[in-house]
Amino acid sequence: MKSQTSNQNSVAKISSTKRFFRTMVQQKYLYFMSLPFVIWIIVFSYVPIWGWLMAFQNYRPRNNILNQDWVGFKHFIELFSDERFYLVLRNTLAMSSMGLIVSFTVPVIFALLLNELRQQFFKRTIQTIAYLPHFVSWVVVSGIVTKMLSTDGGAVNELLMALHIIDQPIQFMAKGEWFWGIVTIADAWKETGWNTIIFLAAMSGIDPELYEASTVDGAGRFRKMWHITLPGIRTTFMVLFILSIGHLISIGFEKQFLLSNPLVNDYAEVLDLYALNYGINLSRYSYGTAIGIFNSVVSIILVFLANFIYKKVTKESVI
Amino acid sequence: MSTQKGLLNQRSFGDKSFDVFNILFMIVVGIVTLYPFLNVLAISFNDSVDTVRGGISIYPREFTLENYKTIFAYDTLLTGLQNTVIRTVLGTLIGVLTASMLAYTLSRVDFQARKWMSPLFATTMYFSGGLIPGYMLMRHLGLIGTFEVYLLPALLSVWNVFIVRSYIDGLPLALQESAKLDGANDFVIFWKVILPLCTPVLATIALFVAVGHWNAWFDTYLYNSRSPELTTLQYELMKVLQSTSSSTNYRDPNAQQAIASVSPESIKMAITIVVTVPILVVYPFLQKYFVKGMTLGAVKS
Repeated sequence: MKSQTSNQNSVAKISSTKRFFRTMVQQKYLYFMSLPFVIWIIVFSYVPIWGWLMAFQNYRPRNNILNQDWVGFKHFIELFSDERFYLVLRNTLAMSSMGLIVSFTVPVIFALLLNELRQQFFKRTIQTIAYLPHFVSWVVVSGIVTKMLSTDGGAVNELLMALHIIDQPIQFMAKGEWFWGIVTIADAWKETGWNTIIFLAAMSGIDPELYEASTVDGAGRFRKMWHITLPGIRTTFMVLFILSIGHLISIGFEKQFLLSNPLVNDYAEVLDLYALNYGINLSRYSYGTAIGIFNSVVSIILVFLANFIYKKVTKESVI
Repeated sequence: MSTQKGLLNQRSFGDKSFDVFNILFMIVVGIVTLYPFLNVLAISFNDSVDTVRGGISIYPREFTLENYKTIFAYDTLLTGLQNTVIRTVLGTLIGVLTASMLAYTLSRVDFQARKWMSPLFATTMYFSGGLIPGYMLMRHLGLIGTFEVYLLPALLSVWNVFIVRSYIDGLPLALQESAKLDGANDFVIFWKVILPLCTPVLATIALFVAVGHWNAWFDTYLYNSRSPELTTLQYELMKVLQSTSSSTNYRDPNAQQAIASVSPESIKMAITIVVTVPILVVYPFLQKYFVKGMTLGAVKS
């Protein structure tokens, strides 16, 4: 019996390569259907990482990437000694943490309230309306925000004047210190409805017996929301939250690009815009890449840090 | 007993007032969401000179179709519309096909390359090379100033692949097996068995991809701002909207080509409506699907 198995093993060893190729031929269609995408993802997602080398060179597009002047950490030193960089970093962190807080509190509250609506038709109508701004581009939303906040005929100023809260229209878009708030509120207006989808799905997965049991125990509506609904979406909430922390520093720049103007630039410029201005508009490719690397490295550290803390607290891992 | 009854009454009163408050709150949310769109719509149908007087809410004061006639006479906008439609249609077809094809191969437990392919794709969701290396890549590939730059980098969305894959994972395996017994090869199984069953999830990702293409403007700005024949609708709108603050143009040397250096408010709003309406017409019909799709994606991640 024993000798037989070992015999089989050696046979298996000899033919394993052969078997590998036989399976490969058998699965040729699966290879045809996936290998083109492997090539594609290597070119479009992995090759750019190779481009990080640019940050350690004085990159000139004329020459090959390996045939450049190597300058070590020169661009990073320059970056960390630029005062503008700290201003930009402040703006990035301010807007991303405001965005993070708002995008995790408002949708939960909104989902809780939607969940309490009894009239199904009304609920569905509100949901459809609330999803609407998500599908509209930031170009359009920035136009709408600028229009709503404008000093001549903007709805917000007119409303505030009608309520006698202000006498003079406020120039919202010209005040730097308002910019963070405007971006955060615009983002909330656009995405709150959309962000409720997952929370609502998590709420519908809660066992209805829990509610029935608590009704018998005499729990009121708020107690049920607090003790059943909220704990019911806790896992979903935490997973999404940890994933968002990774994006704390790479918040994108679309909103800031489209909503800003030179008057508020000291509050609007974020890391990606800073990279765009130096790297492409001023053709300082190496410096722009250094900014990008800083961005990615901090993101990865943040994800692992958030996951580490989450693991410590709950003994589960997200990644 | 009487106190208990009292408590019950109290609670139902609290319950009722909560319901009333909740419904009122939802109506406010609805107004806050819809008002800006209705306002833009009203201004787009209002006489552009009259608009300057301000005070238009949700219906036009001096109704006119002039603004729409004006914008549809601009060649750049029509070129943009054409390019946007082409990239949206082509991009959606490609995006749905690629994502479902890869999703099927990765869903096959017996596929020998799955072990290394899955992480190869999944990892890219967590990092990116960044703006400048991406730009340099497009330069090296000679994609700057081409229409292909709209389609190639966005050929596949890994996120969508995983949404479709988790949907396929939920399908009964017996269907594939019986097709195999009938002698169908893997491609035929994908094409004839899997694809038709995936319609709901394909509708979801089709919506995501289509919206992404329709709303894209940054690729035009970054790669094709020097090729007016490759302009897109959103990019044209961006130029027109930014034209008020002439000082904003410092970022974009081509902003002078915008339809007018400073366009009247009503014209801007008319373009906004043209850009927005097609999406708004489509999404409510797909609501059932994308809600499911979002949930699938979240479960997977």
